[in-house]
Amino acid sequence: MKLRTLFLLPARIWMAIFFAAPLAIVCAYSFLTRGDYGGVERPWSIESYTRLIDPLYAGILWRSLWIAALATALCVLLGFPLALFISRAGKRRNLYLQLVLLPFWTSFLVRTYAWLFILRDTGLINTALTGMHLIRKPLPLLYNDGAVLLGLVYNFLPFFVLPMYAALERLDPAVLEAAADLGARPMAIVWKVIIPVSAPGMAAGAVLVFIPCLGAFLTPDLLGGGKSVMLGNLIQNQFTTARDWPFGSAASIALMLASALLLAWVMRTRIAKEFL
Amino acid sequence: MPPVLELRGVSKQYPGHHAVDNVSLKLESGGFYSLLGPSGCGKTTTLRMIGGFEQPSTGEVLLDGSPVNALKPYQRNVCTVFQNYALFPHLTAQRNVEFGLRERGIRDAAERARRALDLVQLTSKHDSMPAQLSGGEKQRVALARSLVLEPRLLLLDEPLAALDPKLRKQMRAELKSMQRKSGITFLFVTHDQEEALSLSDRLAVMNAGRIEQFGTPEDVYLRPASAFVAGFLGAINWFGSAGVRPESTRLSEDAPETSLRARGAVESVLFLGNCVHVNVKLESGERAIAEVARDRRAPAEGENVWLHWHPADELRFE
Repeated sequence: MKLRTLFLLPARIWMAIFFAAPLAIVCAYSFLTRGDYGGVERPWSIESYTRLIDPLYAGILWRSLWIAALATALCVLLGFPLALFISRAGKRRNLYLQLVLLPFWTSFLVRTYAWLFILRDTGLINTALTGMHLIRKPLPLLYNDGAVLLGLVYNFLPFFVLPMYAALERLDPAVLEAAADLGARPMAIVWKVIIPVSAPGMAAGAVLVFIPCLGAFLTPDLLGGGKSVMLGNLIQNQFTTARDWPFGSAASIALMLASALLLAWVMRTRIAKEFL
Repeated sequence: MPPVLELRGVSKQYPGHHAVDNVSLKLESGGFYSLLGPSGCGKTTTLRMIGGFEQPSTGEVLLDGSPVNALKPYQRNVCTVFQNYALFPHLTAQRNVEFGLRERGIRDAAERARRALDLVQLTSKHDSMPAQLSGGEKQRVALARSLVLEPRLLLLDEPLAALDPKLRKQMRAELKSMQRKSGITFLFVTHDQEEALSLSDRLAVMNAGRIEQFGTPEDVYLRPASAFVAGFLGAINWFGSAGVRPESTRLSEDAPETSLRARGAVESVLFLGNCVHVNVKLESGERAIAEVARDRRAPAEGENVWLHWHPADELRFE
């Protein structure tokens, strides 16, 4: 056996068992009929896919796309200046990068629950504001789209900052000096040089935020309450309360295809050539 | 008329060392000037202070008689050609050249940029991206990008260092002719003495943050102000306290009738194409080089020879 084959074997086995096989199962389920108490039965059918076209689900898809896009835009707005600052911070770069990664030291679930305690009616913010007599009734901070957006941005910001930072860090400082030398003011340098040159990193970071946001279910579930349903919640519900595994599988496949198409489109642009 | 550039007692201190130490310099309009020195002598730092990328610790930078210490790079009528060209990687050659014109709000930017690229013989490369250009072509785009703005002073930071030797000589000639045609004052930073001597109207030789000598190429080569300058601008033989250039050092087999002579044994003979270098180990233990014509019979290795020289060719320093 070639050394190359040997070295790749563990990864291949891992991917076969934990990625390819489950995916095949989900794919097969999506073409079966739901059982009375969950699970799947025969006959084979494409009914689950035809149901996806229902305006109700199209609405949820549209909503998910919209929230994911908004979260991504906010990550770009917050993350770009932050990444730029870190890339120009000299010796303290590593410290700041550690700080960006600090939230990963605790579990995603715990951090999301923490937001629950901050935002709820009897939470940190509302207690403080009522305590100071600035408001009489607690502000509705939780269980709405705003809370979901906050949770998504909070959780996925590092995924944008890191590739953005990597792109900015590779920027030749002499190029920025040349721009200043040719008469560009600092803002003009940002718009005309830094952003276009680091665009591949920006796009890579945006994809890394957008795709998981599109499929998010925990954040909308905890911070959005039952009201803010995204595609992830829909899928989760099919496997739990609704006990409609074929439909949940079909929705999963649809979400995956949407993500894959987006990625394929990104990979075709120069982003892939220069960055990924 | 005030000089285009004046440095008044300019120093730059970093924690632990003086990069530039009390440098004063005046450049007249329209000349080709060089800052020559070994790496780490402070020449690039000096250039960066003129361009506005570094602030002097003390001293004043004046452009056309007005102090510019407080001005940002984009406020100074000075342009820099960077060592690795620093072209905008996302813009075509044409757009690179247009960049500064557009920042200045000049209307016919495209037309002017086109003419500037034609001037540096890149007519067919207008739409090429920097990554598709060779080193020499990038160099020309960088030059065009700066020259098109018609700055009062053009700073060039080792612009030829990244080119291969043949191209370097060709670009050297082009630089000189571009300077003459444009009439823009050039300040050229280099560690290559041949480049500095051949290009400059006047050159400043820097060492350890200070200017050791500022003068014409003939001045600094023939009448160096210090042993450092003499040694940096070409090889020098030391006969006691007198320095003599290899090309002024004569070689003979018989004892010459002069007191300005030294005896030694030939260590090696190097054929350099246009001349021959004879390396001699003197009786004093020092080594010396005599540059002799190619058609002359070169002595054999190990042969005893005399070196002698003319009193006028002696360089003496305090």
